[in-house]
Amino acid sequence: MNWLLMNESLQVYLVIGVLLLCIGLFGFFRQRTLVGMLINGELILAGASLNFMAFSHFLAPDPVTGQAFTLFIMGIAAAEAAIVLSIMIGVYRNYRSIETEDLKDLEG
Amino acid sequence: MSAVSPQDAAQAAAALIFAGFAGLTVFGAIVAAVARRLVRCVCGLALSFMGLAGLYYFLHSPFLALMQVLIYVGAICVVIMFALMLAEPHEEQISRRRELLGGAAGLLLAGAFAVALILLVGRASWMPPAVQTNGGTVQDLGRALLNRYGFAFELISALLLLAIIGALVVARSGRRPKP
Repeated sequence: MNWLLMNESLQVYLVIGVLLLCIGLFGFFRQRTLVGMLINGELILAGASLNFMAFSHFLAPDPVTGQAFTLFIMGIAAAEAAIVLSIMIGVYRNYRSIETEDLKDLEG
Repeated sequence: MSAVSPQDAAQAAAALIFAGFAGLTVFGAIVAAVARRLVRCVCGLALSFMGLAGLYYFLHSPFLALMQVLIYVGAICVVIMFALMLAEPHEEQISRRRELLGGAAGLLLAGAFAVALILLVGRASWMPPAVQTNGGTVQDLGRALLNRYGFAFELISALLLLAIIGALVVARSGRRPKP
């Protein structure tokens, strides 16, 4: 493999996408707070959109497909972040904490 | 030593910049995953997204790179930072054993997953398309968004509106009136 041409090879992008996904998974298990888990979820989404972009640039007959899909992922990620953060504010108001270990009592 | 042609030099510079962006992406992701203070996690996330924007640029879509910086770094990271300031997590009473357990399980799972997927990537062979119907420019993207993906486009805007209203309702409902 010619290292000077690595920005023109599909495999390099796919490997970076895999690394993003797996680092996100690892962080998802490791973090103890809701914000930390949200951050690592965003990393997983970023890996997915990099995969879409790479495939659409190198393999799709219509390179616009992946770009449109990535734009939609961005919109959904923004909506998701807004909802999750407002839930987090609500949780903090009730429990005075956003650590996952403190959120274990049910009421009803 | 033979003289380096300008083309080779340009190619080497492009590869170097690409490696920098790829390294920035992975490094930022690692910081976001392992940092203990959440503020550093958010900074790692922003670094990773900046690197990702560079990678999008190398994939010939500068518009997406711009949107990545604008939406992710400029909006989502800032919103997460605001939420952190409103609900500041306390640092004490870290249960080490629980954290180690979670880290080990995550490392095992993610490592196995990474090795399997990277082996898969190395083994697979893909066929490039015979023809590309357009160049993937911003004009093509805009046309596709308003023709073929028009319905999804409208749905996303409705979703965003609903998300704003929902976030307001959820964050407001727990607020007690001042005595």
